[in-house]
Amino acid sequence: MTEGDAGFWAMGGYALYVWGSFGITALVFVWNLLAPGARRRRIIRELNEEAEEQ
Amino acid sequence: MNWVWFHRLASPPSFFALAERLSPWVLAAAIPLLLYGVVGGLWLAPADYQQGDAFRIIYVHVPAAWLSLFGYTAMALAAIVAVIWRMKIAECAVVAIAPVGASFTALALITGMLWGKPMWGAYWAWDARLTSELVLLFLYLGVIGLQQAVADPRAAARAAGLLAIVGVINVPIVHYSVEWWNSLHQGSTVSKIGKPSISANMAWPLLSMTLGFMLFFGWTVLRRIQAELLWRERGTRWVRERFVSLPEVSGD
Repeated sequence: MTEGDAGFWAMGGYALYVWGSFGITALVFVWNLLAPGARRRRIIRELNEEAEEQ
Repeated sequence: MNWVWFHRLASPPSFFALAERLSPWVLAAAIPLLLYGVVGGLWLAPADYQQGDAFRIIYVHVPAAWLSLFGYTAMALAAIVAVIWRMKIAECAVVAIAPVGASFTALALITGMLWGKPMWGAYWAWDARLTSELVLLFLYLGVIGLQQAVADPRAAARAAGLLAIVGVINVPIVHYSVEWWNSLHQGSTVSKIGKPSISANMAWPLLSMTLGFMLFFGWTVLRRIQAELLWRERGTRWVRERFVSLPEVSGD
């Protein structure tokens, strides 16, 4: 890693705050990306299980 | 005036089908805008002359804060339609927007705290902007809680919708808080775009990020409305024909 890279990751001494902010943003995006599909699959699975029981 | 499109949109199976076709394109449009926003915000934009690299938090903080207000307004509008016309899709929209809006409001608060610590020396201050944004989070949580507390989904949407409508009074309070009160929070950045006080290298990624956040918000809300529709309409024929693989099914 070059010195420039280290400087980039260090964010001028604000690394914790800058990377922390972007990290939490990534978490919010991942949650919003996965949650709707997970619920949809759960509903469809339950519907099919109910149908099989009948 | 032709109202056919409106009735089609109001019908759960056609809305579901429309969302199914539309949502991949919305997500596909959001991704490059977000990628450019991240690259532009972290790499291309120069460090701020006053705040150094800490200012880069703006690229996630401002779009999140903006979405928190936009989302609440959209939820309140959907609630008005749901309460007055009892339109099912609008009820689902209220239920779908609330958790997404809450997550972006929490994001705006957390990134604001992470920005406030190095710049103001404190994570939190009971300042007009910060306090009203916290109230916004509680309003979202109240809408979610109320909706989950009532067993009948239609009555639940109505109760939650009424709270959403009453709470919309807080939206202009958040927006104008930095002008109405003496606030620690800085004034608007976006209003400086196009004027010499913000560099294009700083402004474009912010615009791109904001648009990307909005499209992503639209995508996730569409997907949530679809899931909510599926759940409410699980006894109907269109859901069973589309998603249940067994040929013989009883029920209405």
